[in-house]
Amino acid sequence: MNKNIINFISTIILAVVLSIVLPWWSVMTAALVTSLFIPLKKAAVFVVPFLAILSLWTLQSFMLSIGNDFTLASRISELLYLGGSPYTLLLVTGITGGLAAGIAAVLGKQIVLVSQK
Amino acid sequence: MVFLGSHNLELMKYAKLLLSFVLTIGIFFVFNTKIGSLPPLGKFLNPTSGIWQNESNESITGEIAIPGLQDKVTVHYDELMIPHVFAQNEHDLYKAQGYLTAKHRLWQLEFQTYAAAGRLSEIVGEAALNYDRSERRRGMGYGADQAIAYMQKYDTKTLSFVQDYADGVNAYINQLDPKDYPVEYKLLNYEPEAWTPKKTALLLMYMTKMLAGNDDDLEFTNVLRQIGEKNFELLFPDFFDITDPVIPKETDWSFIDVPQTELPASRKAILDTIAETITKPHPDNGSNNWAVSSAKSTTGNPILANDPHLGLYLPSIWFVMQLSTPNHKAFGATIPGALSIISGFNEHIAWGETNATRDVIDWYKIEFNDDRRQYKYDGGWKDVTFRVEDIKIRGKESYKDTVLYTHHGPVVYDKNFMSDNGRSGYAMRWIGHDGGNNQRTFIELNKAKNYDEYVNALQYWNAPAQNFVFASTQGDIALWIQGKFANKWEGQGKFLMDGSNPENDWQSYIPQEFNAHTKNPERGFVSSANQHPVDENYPYFVFNDGYETYRNRVINDFFNSKEKFSIDDFKRLHNNNYNLKASELVPYMLEHMDTASLTENEKVVYNEIKAWKFNNDIDEVGPSIWRQWYGKLYNLLWDEFDNEETALMAPYTYQTIHLLKTNGNHEFMDILETEDKVETAKDLFLLAFKEATARLREIKTEKGDYNWLTYKATYAGHLLQGLPAFSRFNIPIGGDRSIVNATSENHGPSWRMIVEMTSPPTAIGIYPGGQSGNPGSKYYDNFIDDWAAGHYHSFNFIQSDDHTEGVIGTQTLIPATNE
Repeated sequence: MNKNIINFISTIILAVVLSIVLPWWSVMTAALVTSLFIPLKKAAVFVVPFLAILSLWTLQSFMLSIGNDFTLASRISELLYLGGSPYTLLLVTGITGGLAAGIAAVLGKQIVLVSQK
Repeated sequence: MVFLGSHNLELMKYAKLLLSFVLTIGIFFVFNTKIGSLPPLGKFLNPTSGIWQNESNESITGEIAIPGLQDKVTVHYDELMIPHVFAQNEHDLYKAQGYLTAKHRLWQLEFQTYAAAGRLSEIVGEAALNYDRSERRRGMGYGADQAIAYMQKYDTKTLSFVQDYADGVNAYINQLDPKDYPVEYKLLNYEPEAWTPKKTALLLMYMTKMLAGNDDDLEFTNVLRQIGEKNFELLFPDFFDITDPVIPKETDWSFIDVPQTELPASRKAILDTIAETITKPHPDNGSNNWAVSSAKSTTGNPILANDPHLGLYLPSIWFVMQLSTPNHKAFGATIPGALSIISGFNEHIAWGETNATRDVIDWYKIEFNDDRRQYKYDGGWKDVTFRVEDIKIRGKESYKDTVLYTHHGPVVYDKNFMSDNGRSGYAMRWIGHDGGNNQRTFIELNKAKNYDEYVNALQYWNAPAQNFVFASTQGDIALWIQGKFANKWEGQGKFLMDGSNPENDWQSYIPQEFNAHTKNPERGFVSSANQHPVDENYPYFVFNDGYETYRNRVINDFFNSKEKFSIDDFKRLHNNNYNLKASELVPYMLEHMDTASLTENEKVVYNEIKAWKFNNDIDEVGPSIWRQWYGKLYNLLWDEFDNEETALMAPYTYQTIHLLKTNGNHEFMDILETEDKVETAKDLFLLAFKEATARLREIKTEKGDYNWLTYKATYAGHLLQGLPAFSRFNIPIGGDRSIVNATSENHGPSWRMIVEMTSPPTAIGIYPGGQSGNPGSKYYDNFIDDWAAGHYHSFNFIQSDDHTEGVIGTQTLIPATNE
């Protein structure tokens, strides 16, 4: 299997497991760990975990919200000046998680590079 | 780059490592920290513990273990999300009340006591410091301490119930995971703290402040100095030329055998200049209540109604519950933080409150010695006591404020607060500081079976002074004006008094049995709407503390208008939009105003208000024109009171209109600014009308229309600085202040209840909010539309805990076993 896909899936699985015991930065930890053990190249270093966590957070949030007709999501979207659309808030949520994960993965990659002498 | 050697390449690796490390820490910090008003985004938005967890339906089934319960408690929820609690004893009942209130309203419950205690700086930072200092100096915490001390000494039973409530709240808080915290905690990034009995005492102080914390003694002192005694009497008479008091005029007071305190020989007003005063509660805080007797009811059963007028907030101030034990069943509106039902009914009686407008706050000038450790009293010196208020501020060092206490009470104003005089200050004498046992009144009322037990429950009530309306299934109706009132000498406490003269102290209290009251009056109804408590014949001094003069007359005229009244009549009266105030001035102004100089545009508005029938309905333009016209007129007339350097109080509406109509050439009518001209009332009508028209045309450009709906734009704002996302705007409801449907922009009937005294009673009611405090719940604001439309919900007064009709979910609270 393509390394990108393995990293993508592992990041998601690890993030879900870690979120049971860790606060929100479980996604950063997950991305850091996978980048150490399943190193990727070039832009993929950032993009793969970014997309993994973006998908995870967006999907999880969507599942939590749809049963309640996005009542709170719409209000929070307004609160954060996102125009009141729950979908915008879902996207912002995903990007927030993805960004944190992607940057942590870049750190992991640099650790790998430094330790490979 | 191509020219870099391998050594430099190594360096680059480390530089990149360092850079990515800094970036990682940076993003962690940014997403984990509250920046300005932006919440910590990572914490706030992540699906596992952030706000998405608050996107949930109510959990109203299953079993929950609660430590300290003696027996199991059944909680039935009806489709309005009202919990019907069936406990086996009162201790379990109040534990369950605490638990359920926290479950549905935790953030509000806690926030209100932070506000009461002057602790908002802990949550929102330095912006709240001045507010917090005012509340501390007003003695809110001191008063709560006194209430707890009183209960510890005289009534440990009530205190034990208050502790049960605290245990219930804490049982809920302890079950919470951070992911379950209400969304406001996540937004502001803080956590709930443990609940204590003192917080209940603080909440009761908050009610006292909100309802009976208004006084204008210091403003009146300034006014008296500026305009003299004769003019003061003209503008602020103790009684207006009309009185339609709470207790009917024909009441016989001959049973009162304790006289009013005698006027002291030396009585001298202290005519200080006071620049500014602390923030007052909303002047419209008031209410309506009334009851008709069996004879005056179409069904033959007494009917009772109550609608407290308070700020319109979300989460709503009220939370409706049924609270029952095998010995009693009570139903009605509770206030998060206080035990039992506040306005409601049980199987035998119904009750409700309105504010009794009595002057329960007086001010004394204090003269200190050099080091401010003593103050002058009765020809000698008395020691000051100190209370250090430690105000914690989020993200900053605490602010310590030392408040000096005299035997009168806290020295609110001194050189450290709103005053610059090093050797003197103003001390507050407030009945709210006296440590009463107010909670007991409600606990007893919830169980009372008849008139005698209602009167018995009232005796514990000190403050805020309330008009307690009553009706029973036995056919009695009654109304007591209950509070602890000083027996004042004539005129005592209208103005700032000399704090060193013992004659100025409150000498005694009106014995409770001599508080004004009426039972089964001949006219067949009782009512109150914050007007005069009594007329001149009541043998004690009562002073106009902002009497209502319109709602009361509309209500009483209505009940005098026909023989019998039904529930539908009650509903119509709650929703009555008749503007008596406007009807008493508009025709006079239209008749006397010189219309020769009106422009085309002004004539349009002139014809609009001329056609108005004085109903403040949402599609009318009359109410908006009236508001503008009267508002401009009031400001032009009382320009003498527009002074930024001195705290002043302009006359009340009733007297203003009275003077305009009967004394139109008085010197007050003249506008000070126009030196070469002497204006009369007639001139003011025209000037104000022209200003009003200009403003109305602006409003039309801004908002598209100036009908009452658009003009008033009623809203219910979230408790936290009115966060728009958690608020409701443009609620389509008519009315206004001084109208029976007292809904102004952000204030109005916060709870409407009508109870017919069948056995058991049948009740309907509504409030502008919803049972849930969670903005993510559909039960957060689901009553608002029906409330605005004047609709009611039928309450399901469940008579036994195995009854399941209308129940949508049942939760059982069981004693937690210690394993």
